Amino acid sequence: MTTVAATAHTTPAHHDDRSFIRKYIFSTDHKIIGIQFLFVSLFFLLVGGLLAMQMRWQLAYPGQPMPGGGILPESMAPGGVILPEYYIQLVTMHGTFMVFFAIMPLLVGVFANFLIPLKIGTHDMAFPRINMWSFWSFFAAGLVMLSSLFVPDGAARAGWTMYAPLSARHDYSGASLGQELWSVSIILVGLSSILGSLNYITTIINNRAPGMTWFRLPLSVWSLFITAILGLLALPVLSGAAIMLLFDQIIGTHFFDPGAGGQALLWQHLFWFFGHPEVYILILPAMGMVSDIIANGSRKPIFGYHSMVFAIIAIAFLGWIVWGHHMFMSGMNPTLGSSFMVSTLVIAVPSAVKVFNWMGTMWRGNIRFHVPMLNAVAFVAMFAIGGLSGIYMAATPVDMFIHDTYFIVAHLHYVLFGGSLFALFGAIVYWYPKMFGRMMSERWGKVHFWLTFVFYNLVFFPMHILGMGGMMRRLYDPSQYKFLQPYQPMNVFISISAFLLFATQLIFFVNFWWSLKKGKLAPQNPWHDNGLEWSLPSPAPHGNWEKVPTVYRGPYEFSSPQAAEDYLPQYTKLPTDREPARAPVAGH
Amino acid sequence: MRKLGAVAATGAVLALALAAWTRQPSPPAQGGGTISGKVKFTGTKPAMPKIDMTEEPKCKAKYQGVPTEETVVVNANGTLANVFVYVKSGLPGSYTAPAPAGPVTLDQDGCRYHPHVLGIQVGQGLAIKNSDGILHNIKAKAKANRPFNISQPSVMTSTKTFDKPEVMVPLECNVHGWMHAWLGVLPHPFFGVSGADGSFTLKGLPPGTYTIEAWHERYGAQTASVTVAGSETKTADFSFAAK
Amino acid sequence: MHWWLPLKGSTFAGEVDGLFLAITIITGIAFVLVEVGLIWFVVKYRQRPGQKAFYTHGNTRAEVIWTTIPAVTMVALGLISNHYWVKIKGRHSVPANAYPIAIHAKQFEWQVTYPGADGQLGTPDDFTVRNQLHVPVGRPVVVHLSSEDVIHSFFVPVFRVKQDAVPGMDINAWFQATVPGTYELGCAELCGLGHYRMRAQVVVHTQDDYDAWMKQAAQEASP
Repeated sequence: MTTVAATAHTTPAHHDDRSFIRKYIFSTDHKIIGIQFLFVSLFFLLVGGLLAMQMRWQLAYPGQPMPGGGILPESMAPGGVILPEYYIQLVTMHGTFMVFFAIMPLLVGVFANFLIPLKIGTHDMAFPRINMWSFWSFFAAGLVMLSSLFVPDGAARAGWTMYAPLSARHDYSGASLGQELWSVSIILVGLSSILGSLNYITTIINNRAPGMTWFRLPLSVWSLFITAILGLLALPVLSGAAIMLLFDQIIGTHFFDPGAGGQALLWQHLFWFFGHPEVYILILPAMGMVSDIIANGSRKPIFGYHSMVFAIIAIAFLGWIVWGHHMFMSGMNPTLGSSFMVSTLVIAVPSAVKVFNWMGTMWRGNIRFHVPMLNAVAFVAMFAIGGLSGIYMAATPVDMFIHDTYFIVAHLHYVLFGGSLFALFGAIVYWYPKMFGRMMSERWGKVHFWLTFVFYNLVFFPMHILGMGGMMRRLYDPSQYKFLQPYQPMNVFISISAFLLFATQLIFFVNFWWSLKKGKLAPQNPWHDNGLEWSLPSPAPHGNWEKVPTVYRGPYEFSSPQAAEDYLPQYTKLPTDREPARAPVAGH
Repeated sequence: MRKLGAVAATGAVLALALAAWTRQPSPPAQGGGTISGKVKFTGTKPAMPKIDMTEEPKCKAKYQGVPTEETVVVNANGTLANVFVYVKSGLPGSYTAPAPAGPVTLDQDGCRYHPHVLGIQVGQGLAIKNSDGILHNIKAKAKANRPFNISQPSVMTSTKTFDKPEVMVPLECNVHGWMHAWLGVLPHPFFGVSGADGSFTLKGLPPGTYTIEAWHERYGAQTASVTVAGSETKTADFSFAAK
Repeated sequence: MHWWLPLKGSTFAGEVDGLFLAITIITGIAFVLVEVGLIWFVVKYRQRPGQKAFYTHGNTRAEVIWTTIPAVTMVALGLISNHYWVKIKGRHSVPANAYPIAIHAKQFEWQVTYPGADGQLGTPDDFTVRNQLHVPVGRPVVVHLSSEDVIHSFFVPVFRVKQDAVPGMDINAWFQATVPGTYELGCAELCGLGHYRMRAQVVVHTQDDYDAWMKQAAQEASP
């Protein structure tokens, strides 16, 4: 048996003579672009949270002046009292910012960019300049979306799902420029995603280091690869739909206006044909990174690596044929209700397989509960709940009752927050050392985790009960319904928990920013992990390696009998290892 | 001497010219001319549909009997109320009327607009009051002006202004589908609405020949031509027939 | 406040609730397996000095078992659910003798048109009432849904019935009320700033009461 340290040897890059602007602003370095996405997306995560806090105030205390509400204009909250039209702007913009400007860019914009070249062993993306444009179009999209809150008549207000004809006609919604800016922003964000996907797919196919065969790729890379394919095919549909909506709004077309020959349901089909693959874009990278972290934390190989890969592919493939489950009540042909129900129930299976495999990874492990591991285990526990609640919705007769109620809100937050966001907390802490050369505070990471876990469940679990009671979504004041008045104390409970949950996130934000300058200096491989990125200094240098490493094994060789330590990196050459047959990619 | 006379004459001419150049349109002498009249109604008074306010108990409680819609309100003396009468043309081109500082109030009380028909000047504030304390929205389906749709979920007042003349801007509440009002936006103060006795009065008119229009939401518009001078009062009656 | 589902007020409420319960049991078992399993593993396999993890890449038999059991369960659930789906929403699901009521959804009210004494819609004795849905107990009722402007959704929780009202489409939704009483109808699709107040009263009458109400309402509705 050989020690890892003695044989771990790669050649990090040194030379970097770029100007400040080229290095940090208009950078083509995938790592910097990933970090740019990180800073901007964290800002939008905060914006989304602030919007939610206002919603929760109104839901708990309908018609009461909100503390600090005095800074809002009369058209939104006269005397600090949120108006109904402002409330539905909050609902719409919370969903929009969280999906398109927080979770998606955090998972893909940050980690696809940062991790892929590092984890497959190459210097940068296949198209570094296109990569730069991917970030800047995202940034522009974010500015446009943010500006829509400040225009006359206010922001878009038909829900993040933007159903037509409410969204298409100003005389129905009361909004004007704000609705149009939403469409423009979405077109830009779609462009950003498509440009990114082009890079990720090409880079992974073409630029893997010698020895990095498909089945030696970490699951984080597999999931990002499949996600990129989903994005490439789905985002153009959204962009197309948004263009049609914009045309209806400003140049007098009537795609979605039945009064003039259009169809209201057309929007739903287009949106959800994109929207369902989108939700898999929002979870697969999280699943991939969680796999990496759980194997590391358990000091064991991933259980059922091949099954995990096939499950990712199955989820992505099936994800194209389930979109109608968002439309069971829409008035579409009931026979489609049957077919979409079947495909939706079937997609539960690969997700279940993944949950069992994560558990299998932990079984008989030697588990270290570092902050990323805590968040990753929480991901599995919470995603399981979110996935199971989805089964109720898949069964169409039950969906008839719970569609458009808080049961759905509970489900989507269990998968997006309980799932994706916990995974992100873990991933950000995990790869922070490689990004910034410092460690985030372990102690405050644990405090943040436990408080978040408790408050998060107190906020979202009761929403299942509200949904079962029949409480509809997007209601400005549920107490207007007699049958909902008894649930008002629960709304208050949820809101107070939500305020505490939001306050807790400040711990994460402070930890993040403070550690940039004051965190403990990070060693090269703080987590004793096997990926290629850990062969580089912390932070990783521009260009990554002078000469890309060679790969000798899969990414999860923890507690291998071949090594004295409980990890064995992919790039470590043991005396028994042969050189791979494949020559390095030309120019590397 | 002659030179002095010439200078004095020139000065006088110049002074007169200056005075003429800077002369404001003469303010209506002692309040100006008046046009008044009655709007008669002929034929059978149409029955107005009843409004069921069961779903809005706070409003229903404000009525003893069952309220009816206000599309056609025929007074006891056979005259028609809620007719908007205004000067359509005839004012001198140089005429300007600054918007009054105070607003016109439109009140939502008992789930009805008070008044049902009203007039406002360009640039003047329309104070929309919600006296009911339950959700009303005010949708102004303006064409020349910027349309708007705002909500008032509680007792509150919102103020809007209109910067272009428009006859008439329909106003409606979508939470209470029977609530309609009509707003005339004019660049001058010469308008009125026929009341409970069917009469209207337009006061303070500069001398001239005017076309006045009487507008009703169901029975359309009729015009009349009236000439006023000094501070005289002229009568112009209108008559609408049941359809 | 209910901790479960509301009062069962229609013939298919029992079926929907039964399916809900069945799913709760299935997902409950899965929930317990996963969550208890996770807690157990977290405690039992936490890092201890001298302990080594068990080096394995997986177990094919386990994969087959935990793929097959969920797959079979989901297929079974699908077949059962589809049976009820076809019964409630299928193209031939509306009972032949269902009592017709037309509901035209509009920002922000429900315009309910009753067929009048002749029991037929589209005849001169029809009359329209705002925000009041009155139905007889024990008889199938079919609602002909339409929309004036945007997408609304007709939702009566105690009947467990929900159907979007889409502009440009005429959609039928049927139900049969079983419990006389007064309930509420809400709009379940965001339709604008008044969405939260687009509610109606639902009254389930005995047949005699219903006939009496119908006579009175027809009179009041006529000018």
